[in-house]
Amino acid sequence: MCIKKGISAAIAFARYDQNIMGEEVKLFRTWSSPFALRIVWALRIKGIEYQTVFEDISNKSPSLLQYNPVHRKVPVLLHNGRPIAESLVILEYIDETWKQAPLLPVDPHERAMARFWAKFGDDKVLGSIWSVFIKQGKEQEEAMVPAMENLKFLEEELKGKKFFGGETIGFVDLALGWLANLIGLLEEIVGLKVVDGEKLPLLSAWMQEFGDAPIIKDNWPARDGMILKFQALRDATFAAASK
Amino acid sequence: MAEEVKLFGGMWASLYSRRIEIALKMTGVQFEFIEEDLQNKSPLLLQYNSIHKKVPVLLHNGMPIAESLIILEYINETWPDNPILPRDPYDRAMARFWARFIDEKLIWVSWDAYRSKEEDQGKAIEEACKQLKALENELKEKEFFGGDTVGYLDIAAIMVASWFGVMQEVMKVELLTEENFPNLCQWVEKFVDCPIVKECLPHKEKMVEFIRVLLKDFLASR
Repeated sequence: MCIKKGISAAIAFARYDQNIMGEEVKLFRTWSSPFALRIVWALRIKGIEYQTVFEDISNKSPSLLQYNPVHRKVPVLLHNGRPIAESLVILEYIDETWKQAPLLPVDPHERAMARFWAKFGDDKVLGSIWSVFIKQGKEQEEAMVPAMENLKFLEEELKGKKFFGGETIGFVDLALGWLANLIGLLEEIVGLKVVDGEKLPLLSAWMQEFGDAPIIKDNWPARDGMILKFQALRDATFAAASK
Repeated sequence: MAEEVKLFGGMWASLYSRRIEIALKMTGVQFEFIEEDLQNKSPLLLQYNSIHKKVPVLLHNGMPIAESLIILEYINETWPDNPILPRDPYDRAMARFWARFIDEKLIWVSWDAYRSKEEDQGKAIEEACKQLKALENELKEKEFFGGDTVGYLDIAAIMVASWFGVMQEVMKVELLTEENFPNLCQWVEKFVDCPIVKECLPHKEKMVEFIRVLLKDFLASR
């Protein structure tokens, strides 16, 4: 209830602020990108009005290529005509530009830890989970070892906390949020349990809590589409590997 | 309160550790440097960076921070009298973007170009030059990435200032030339000439010798 009241107040404030400033906020995204989803969540949590531009990755728009010539990827945030790319960089920009509902803590050491865990998620967790997903048999068993090790670090980090951000959703929750959706989908496709409620109780609980939070829940990409997409990606990887 | 600042870092050739040394000196913070033997890591290092077990690690009043770019941000926020990041959120975002670009894309693409076999080298060099061009364009005609003074992105770009020159000599592959990248080359000269950077940066000849020994098996196989 407190979260809802806080968000309503934040939205009201942000709309007032934006009307005065005449701000233009655009988000270039795809329907399924977990990185772009981080930005959707952040903008919604802070109550920032924005336009969405959906990109087709197989046919990128001239705008996207102009705004992110280096990586040519989504998400890109356009704020009053100025582009920012790289989702974690965008999150920090959003947090510094719109001060309501802060995502990062105030204390420098806690901020450093938040940045550390977000980076850990992107550099290690994502890749290790993906490895499990695209391998089979003995290779898959071997891939489970680093994946489980990484997830155990996350489990440890959740001790005594409801969210990685503490009592409320924060920067790290948004950065790791893809876990709450993708893990379940991948487990279904592969028929393998990766986040076991017994072995990783805190992480399981977090996935549930985070996944069910109003703003988060309302913005998950279409489940059927995701299953099809990741099934196809998996098949393509196997086909390429067997050549 | 008496501050205790310790930096667990690699030996003189370890560039990521040099980033933190430069930042601490620029900020005017007194610190103790503890050199780690990366072949025989200390129990303290393994305790303070139990996940990655790497240097550098900054220890401030007993609290550890790992990952060099994250440590730079911490230094910026903890000792704000001499900030190394820009104040404006957009400029900060750009600095962060390009620092990540250097660490996550430029170095790897350039490493590919340096070590590629002859038949693949043309394409790899082309790709590396494309990425260097992006950084060249970002610098434009500024004295430093940070403007008039060395800042976060300049410190992050220590890799460009040091590693490229060394690799060029060891691998005999030219990437960062004055002809193609006049801004970057001028920046390298100015950056390495800054007093604090000069103190911390390893001598090029010493690095060349060191890398030659490190890569001797690879070089012999070519």
